[in-house]
Amino acid sequence: MSSSVNVSSSENTWGGGNKPMNASYGKLMMWFFLVSDGLTFSGFIAAYGFARFKFLDSWPIADEVFTHVPFLHGQELPMIYVAFMTFVLIMSSVTMVLAVDAGHQMKQSKVAFYMLLTIIGGAIFVGSQAWEWATFINGDYGAVKTKGGNILQFVDSHSHHRVALHDFAHKHHTDRVQHEETNGLWFYDEGTLPEYSIAEVIEGMEASPNVLVRTQTLNKDGEKTILSRDESLNILRAHGQSIVTGANLYENEYGVPLFADFFFFITGFHGFHVFSGVVLNIIIFFNVILGTYERRGHYEMVEKVGLYWHFVDLVWVFVFTFFYLV
Amino acid sequence: MAHQEHDLTIFRGLIKFKNITQKIWGVLLLLSIVTAVEVALGIYKPDALMSYIPYLNMKILNLIFIVLTIVKAYYITWDFMHMRDETKLLRRVVVWTFIFLVLYLVWILIQEAGYIFDIDSIDYIKRDF
Repeated sequence: MSSSVNVSSSENTWGGGNKPMNASYGKLMMWFFLVSDGLTFSGFIAAYGFARFKFLDSWPIADEVFTHVPFLHGQELPMIYVAFMTFVLIMSSVTMVLAVDAGHQMKQSKVAFYMLLTIIGGAIFVGSQAWEWATFINGDYGAVKTKGGNILQFVDSHSHHRVALHDFAHKHHTDRVQHEETNGLWFYDEGTLPEYSIAEVIEGMEASPNVLVRTQTLNKDGEKTILSRDESLNILRAHGQSIVTGANLYENEYGVPLFADFFFFITGFHGFHVFSGVVLNIIIFFNVILGTYERRGHYEMVEKVGLYWHFVDLVWVFVFTFFYLV
Repeated sequence: MAHQEHDLTIFRGLIKFKNITQKIWGVLLLLSIVTAVEVALGIYKPDALMSYIPYLNMKILNLIFIVLTIVKAYYITWDFMHMRDETKLLRRVVVWTFIFLVLYLVWILIQEAGYIFDIDSIDYIKRDF
């Protein structure tokens, strides 16, 4: 195939079978796609940078947000789980490149075995990401949103650890029930009522002298500002508006809403890539088992899907840095 | 399909592997070590690295993170995606296209965000309520 190109390239330029840059058509197109997809991700990450620099003095600290590890409930282990996810993805990249190599040697069962390991690695990663999303959406301590849209969190005055709303807020019985669209004249409904009203939080705060308010503003050491007892009560009474637990696209208990928006968008887009990568890998895996590539005489398809899979890993390396580390 | 030979050296020939499988595990080891260093630095945040680099307005630690990330990206692209074995032209077409566009994008967005941050910091715009 390659010899026909070399023989008379001047006459045969438009005759097909050319391999510009010594790469096959499929591989070249995969590289083109990866460059454009990489630019899409760069756009997202650069937009994240934009939002972050815009809120430079109040951006949430990722270490304090992603501290959870499955089965180790209640322990604060920043980054351990993300590091594990990163390792799983790199490991599945390794099994992928081993599959590509086995393909070069035309070893069908070895390719199938490594493809299977790659698929399992991808599935573990997507599952971990789903767990991470669920933890983030549920939240842990709860916070108060002010009229200006800022987030006030609560800390213990001695240890400066976060204090959960249910540890100090006073729960009263109220007659306020959730409005459903079946009731009333206008067919509107409202979201789930928060567990506590702002009045109950203020009352609980007044009764617990060791609870202080922590604002989003970063001080000189890059830590969140903790207010004095008087300031805490004042800001809560003057500006406190509603209760926020967990995170969604409108508000989150960790601070600037854009933080959660970008988290969902970037890790979601990446997770979707991993998911489609797993689907592609499964298709290729079955083709390998059925002997499609044995009959074709080469395993280039494994190489192409491998390029995509490594790209997914590559993107995660950047997401890991810019979302969790920097 | 024509087999191209694999380049089995990394670090500009400093480390040479016997075969492709050995190289893959070697690169995995390298990537794992770099990730472990990143995580350790991220957890302990040594005070010495928390100061700002003049002109860049960036912490030393963050610069280290970004450099280590690019190191990892290099080895994933060069050895896992076999960019090392492609022609020089293909390498340049993919890498420089990407780098030019991303540098421009990042520069213009970060610059603009800094401007908006400054505007928000002016007294008559209030966000502290």
